[in-house]
Parts: sequence; structure tokens; C-alpha cells
Amino acid sequence: MRTIELTLNGQRTRVAVEPHETLLWVLRHRLAATEVKSGCERGDCGACAVILDGKAVNSCLALAVQAEAKSVVTVRGLGSPEAPHPLQAAFIELGAAQCGICIPGMLVTLYAFLRDTPRAGRAEIREAIGGNLCRCTGYQKIVDAAESAARRLLAQGTDGARRT
Amino acid sequence: MLLPRFEYRHATSLLQGMTLLAESPEARALAGGTDLLVDLRERRQQARLLVDISQLAELRGIDAADGEVRLGGGVTVGELLASPLVAAALPALHRAARAFADFLTRNKATLGGNLANASPGADLVVPLLALDARVVLAAPAGERTLALDAFVLGPRRTALGAGELVRAVLVPRAEGRQSFHKLGLKRGGPIAVVSVATRVRLDAGGRVTGAAVALGAVAPRPVRAVEAEASLLGAPLTPDRIARAADLAAAAARPIDDVRGSRAYRQAMVRALVARDLAAAQTEGG
Repeated sequence: MRTIELTLNGQRTRVAVEPHETLLWVLRHRLAATEVKSGCERGDCGACAVILDGKAVNSCLALAVQAEAKSVVTVRGLGSPEAPHPLQAAFIELGAAQCGICIPGMLVTLYAFLRDTPRAGRAEIREAIGGNLCRCTGYQKIVDAAESAARRLLAQGTDGARRT
Repeated sequence: MLLPRFEYRHATSLLQGMTLLAESPEARALAGGTDLLVDLRERRQQARLLVDISQLAELRGIDAADGEVRLGGGVTVGELLASPLVAAALPALHRAARAFADFLTRNKATLGGNLANASPGADLVVPLLALDARVVLAAPAGERTLALDAFVLGPRRTALGAGELVRAVLVPRAEGRQSFHKLGLKRGGPIAVVSVATRVRLDAGGRVTGAAVALGAVAPRPVRAVEAEASLLGAPLTPDRIARAADLAAAAARPIDDVRGSRAYRQAMVRALVARDLAAAQTEGG
């Protein structure tokens, strides 16, 4: 075991990890960050997406030791029930979640994508979530909500992230 | 599910990383991890030690130099896609980066990893082959430069020796029109059923003065359709010549039947994609 230090949703966090443990596993099993979902564990489904040092990645394909001294943001870091991120608010308003398993990964992916591509249209939004599978097949409402949030974020001129 | 146990070292310099890899035969280099970690989990590869090369400054950078573009081996596919230099000078590679997997995977997967894994359909290898790219390999003893065609040897087989890493890829700036197309089983980031990259240069009279046709997922490794290329040189891109070159490209394909497509389908798609690209080159000018 070795102890690493990372920033999880703005909080400095220390955790002991084994070299072969994935970031996904450590987030869920050692840091109680169960909002990060485990799906295919082979980089195909996007359920485990997090923001690692500013980039949206599948946490099943990163080792926990690689997060040493880095920042990790999960869907919990985007907003709270009292102050949801515009993406979260739009997902609620437009009923974009069905079973919900894909939603944390969808939100994290869309957050990073819209931060870098604020003027994205519907086709680009669909392409951006090409690696996020929704097996309820609820893509229309997910894309509707993302488009609505993109418009709101553009009007606000921010990435909408909570500053912690 | 957990990965099998292994040790982990974070390389702090290129030399240290290469030395660790050279000293331990059961070590593997970890770059983006999008293939390696999946292979380890599914027991297709084994490793006692992973040497993390993902943070090495020596492997980064996209730079213009001496009529060519130098791409660091550790550059991610997302970085290729975001690069104005790649978009302007290497449009075929830029299109391949855009067709590569998905947004999340592109943020991790690296150029060097795509080359070193040597998949028969490797998205980045096909345009780079059409662009006559060379590969700079670094080892503790020094560097050597190989033609990409001499680097990728077969499925998951390359010219990489123990402790050697893909340091950079050198791509000559080519005149003329270049293109890349990938056919897959779905629209978002599929594995290639067939991919085709072309490069065509025309003179003022519309005669072909340079041509390259590279094919992916139709042979044990990405290949150049050299007879198709030769058939185009010195004459205008007439419909007859385009059809002949497309037939020769299809004949150069040696595909297998698998879950993604039959041999006959792949050959037919090579013919169609090559013909379409050449027709576009004729219309738009090389």
C-alpha cells in the first residue's frame, strides 16, 4: 500500500491504495464516492467518467496512483441539490434521467465538453456523448437537456461549476 | 472487478523510464492505458511492472520543423484533434483523430500507444502511412528513425525492442488533397471495418504527380496499395483510371471474415471508398 493525496471535489484527501487499484475502485470502495458508477470497466460505457486534472476520462482506465497530487471532480462536485449546476437543473426539469446509472457520467462528460465547446450544437453534443451509453435508450431527453443547459451557460458566460 | 496485481513506477525522465523497461522483461509502458489496462483485466497481456510514461515532457509537443510536423509519442488523440497545426497541415490525420473512439477515450489514448499496439485497423496509422510518416524510437543506447511501414509488422507486432519507446512521429508536409474515411458498425467512434486514407497531388494540367492509398483493417497490418498508386501517376483522374485504381486497391486488400464484416464486403468497401476519394480529388483539385 502507498498513501496518495488528491483533491476530490475541492477537498484535500489522503487515501492508501494498491498499485493495481483503479481510480474507479478507490473512489467507490475507499472514498465512498459511489456517485461514480461502475459499468463495463473497459472504457466502453462512460458510466465512471470523472474530471481528472481538467480532462473528462473513464476512471476505470486510470490507476488510483496516477491521481496523486491531482484534482478529481465527480458529478457531486458540479453542484448540489440546493445549488445544482445548470446541466443538473436541466436534466431534472426535462426528465432526462430514467434508471439513472449513466447520468453521473453523462453530466461529467457534458460539463467538460461544454466548458471547452460552449457553442456546440445538437450534432456535436450527440457526438460528445458517443462514449456514454444509456441502456434505457433515453438519448433524446438527455440531448434536449444538454442543449438547454448549453444555452443557459452561454448566456451566463461561465462553465457553471461550483467554486469550492 | 480488480486488475491483476502489478507494481507501478512513475517515470520522471525518459531515460529512467526506458531503463526500467529495459531492465525488467515483464514490464510494460503505461501511456493512456485505454488498451493496456483492458488487456490486463481480460488477461490478454501480463505485466509485473507498469512504468507510467504518461507525464513525460520529452514525449509531448506538436511542432512544425523543416517541412515536416513532429508529433510527440505521448500526445493524446484529443490534443491532435485540438491542434490547429494538425488540422491545417495533416487533414487526413485530423479526420482520423475525429473518428477515433469517443471524447472520453481521446482524452487518454496516445499516438505512441496507437502505433505500439499495432492493431490491424489502428485509426492513426492508416493516414500516417499515406503521409509517409517516420517513427523516432528512443532506447537507453540512443535513438533510431524508421519508416512507419517498417515499424508496424503485424497484429500487435512492431519493431520496438526492449526498453524502446515511440518518442515521436515525423510527418512530411504534403502538397495536394488528403483524406481519411472509416466505416464502422455505428456512427460514434467504432472500431474500423475498413478505413482508407488517400493523398493525391495534381499538376496544373490535372495530371497526377503524387498518389498514396493506405488501407486499414483489411490485412494483418495497415498497408499501402502500391499498384493502385502507380496506376494513377502521370495522367488525369478520368473515370476509367479511378475505377482501375479502386479495383487495384481492392485487390491489395487481404481481409478476413469476422464479426464486423465479411471479406467480400470489406473488399467492396475499399473499392467504393477509394473511388469516392479519387473522384473528390478530381473535382476539388489536388
